[in-house]
Amino acid sequence: MKIIAAMSGGVDSAVAAARAVEAGHEVIGVHLALSSNPQKYRSGARGCCTIEDSHDARRAADVIGIPFYIWDMADEFHEGVVENFMSEYAAGRTPNPCLRCNEKIKFAAVLDRAKAMGFDGVVTGHYARTRESDIGRTLHRAVDPLKDQSYVLAVLNRDQINGAIFPLGDTEKVDIRIEAEARGLAVAQKPDSHDICFVPSGDNAGWLRDRMGSEVGPIVDQDGNKLGEHKGAYTYTIGQRKGLGLTVPTADGSPRFVLKIEPVSNTVVVGAREDLAVTSMRGERPIFCGPAVGAAPQRGFVQVRAHGAALDCTYYLDNDQLVAELDAPLLGLATGQAMVIYDGDRVVGSATICETA
Amino acid sequence: MSVYLDHAATTPMFDVAIEAMNTALRKLGNPSSLHTEGRSTRKDVEDAREQIARAIDCLPSEIIFTGSGTEADNAAIKGLFWHSDKKVILVSSIEHHAILDPAHWLVEHEGAQLIEIPVDGDGVIDLHFLKQVIAERSNEIALISVMHSNNETGVIQPIAEIVTIAGDIPVHCDAVQSFTKVPLSFKKLGLFAMTISGHKVGGPLGIGALILRRAVEIPALLHGGGQERDIRSGTLNAPSIVAFAAAVSANLYNAEKVLALRDAFESGVLASRPDAVINGKNSERLPGISNITFPGTQSDSLLLLMDSQKVSCSTGAACTAGVQRPSHVLMAMGLSDVVAQSSLRFSFGSTSTQADVDYALSVIPDVIERGLAAHSVGKK
Repeated sequence: MKIIAAMSGGVDSAVAAARAVEAGHEVIGVHLALSSNPQKYRSGARGCCTIEDSHDARRAADVIGIPFYIWDMADEFHEGVVENFMSEYAAGRTPNPCLRCNEKIKFAAVLDRAKAMGFDGVVTGHYARTRESDIGRTLHRAVDPLKDQSYVLAVLNRDQINGAIFPLGDTEKVDIRIEAEARGLAVAQKPDSHDICFVPSGDNAGWLRDRMGSEVGPIVDQDGNKLGEHKGAYTYTIGQRKGLGLTVPTADGSPRFVLKIEPVSNTVVVGAREDLAVTSMRGERPIFCGPAVGAAPQRGFVQVRAHGAALDCTYYLDNDQLVAELDAPLLGLATGQAMVIYDGDRVVGSATICETA
Repeated sequence: MSVYLDHAATTPMFDVAIEAMNTALRKLGNPSSLHTEGRSTRKDVEDAREQIARAIDCLPSEIIFTGSGTEADNAAIKGLFWHSDKKVILVSSIEHHAILDPAHWLVEHEGAQLIEIPVDGDGVIDLHFLKQVIAERSNEIALISVMHSNNETGVIQPIAEIVTIAGDIPVHCDAVQSFTKVPLSFKKLGLFAMTISGHKVGGPLGIGALILRRAVEIPALLHGGGQERDIRSGTLNAPSIVAFAAAVSANLYNAEKVLALRDAFESGVLASRPDAVINGKNSERLPGISNITFPGTQSDSLLLLMDSQKVSCSTGAACTAGVQRPSHVLMAMGLSDVVAQSSLRFSFGSTSTQADVDYALSVIPDVIERGLAAHSVGKK
């Protein structure tokens, strides 16, 4: 096949591209420039799309022996990911921009462009596996549980999965570094990237405050009694305990947690730990990686964070919303996060959490 | 088959230049040394200087060898600015970054004031604007710099008229693209300074020259041994200088042949893509450069597709991160940023053949179709 290798400048995508070449594909390396004003250097594990990253990607492509180009996706990224990140926070939800990037950029804008140009698919360094089965190509967890990225790929529909190649899913990260070394790739020991790439400081709250301002508002208990003031509701996260600066202590001295963020009234609601408990969740905009889920309840697992636990649940579709009922309660679940349903290690699909109970 | 249509970026070294360079590389001697070896290398360098002087019609002593055309441009812009007690720098809006960036640097760091001379839709500078600025502010202008021909479109600029209009104001001309391609005389143009480069004319990389009028002393960028008129220090790069001169003296560029190939290419493109637009086509142009807009495409996609068909061409410009940017040259000619990003430069040289043209023409229809498709999904 003729495929585009999305190369970030990191070790994973470099090895993925090299493996795709060895598998006999005709591979062209593409680095996505996602920031219209890139930083020159990378700082530790944070940030991406620096000029240094683009150089690393180019160098890896040269060593592998494939052509290399840079695609400017800065506008698409800003519109589809960064603006969404801000508007979600402004609406009191907690978005995951990595999922959004996979959904809107890597396996949409890039894959669409690649297909229009005569390519068959996109290869990336994500840790996940695909399998051919009687229900078509399916998406599965990676072998390495610490690196498994199937959660952030659960926004891909069947067409997108058919156009995706993930050559690293069967290998542990430590072995990928060894392989990179053996292949003479200089990025073999480059640190993994963490956090949100467009917030290089790692300070999400500060980043949001700089761009959206900070409007002071009340922090209240569940009865509406004012306990303190916050500096911008969107800089709080459900389940957050620290940094609330409350002046009225609870009767028994027990800590309070953020239970709810109400953007319209600019109010943060806090309460006791047990009030964080969630036993069911609803998600909108469901996307199915394989066959669609129906109204009949099915047993499986739901995961609500990138490296969170797989929770036993019963799931079903209810009026275009995906519902998961948990066997055991979960503490602190923010709307805006993705709920990803698994059947064993197969990714069934995902939805954006809009309601919890 | 692979076809190289990016001769304006760099062009193959002539065999005579490679041979001259090989010979010189095996020869020992710093041209500034006083002993036998040094004198012998110095002779080679001065022979080369005279050969290049003949080709460009200047005095040998007016040639200051530099490490690149960019260095010569920087030396000219900064040197002529520092040489003057005036603050205004006048450049055309379509200059190479090797001119624009030092000019902007002088604005930011040295209190210069930059005035860009606009160009018309055919890519030729607006002489009326120039006259007006000079009429109003002639005693404030430190220097004028206008390129002899543009590197993206090949459009030739009216340098002789600019020099006449400038009067006593020093005029520098970046002639990197024009040198050996069209008749060029430093003396007849009446210039103060001019830039040329080795690797654009069949010579090696890493050698350029600033032609600076005799007895004009400008401050140096590189201080050291003072080798080149105290304006440029650094051990003379004898092998590259000798090879540069060998390429120039061989006089192998066949402008008529290159022009015929370029014209055949443009006719073929227009035949298969009638909506294509040749930028600067109404102007006098260098024989080897063709800048073409393919409406509804993005040039970075086109370049990838051409490259995968083994045809090498170029998009206008890329930023330091390698991201394609709309060409400032095409935008100065009035193209929108979207149209400017739909343009490719094809440039022909001494080694280009009719077979190259035929092959490139054979792949263009499919490349453009795919490019149109890729762009339309991008807009979805």
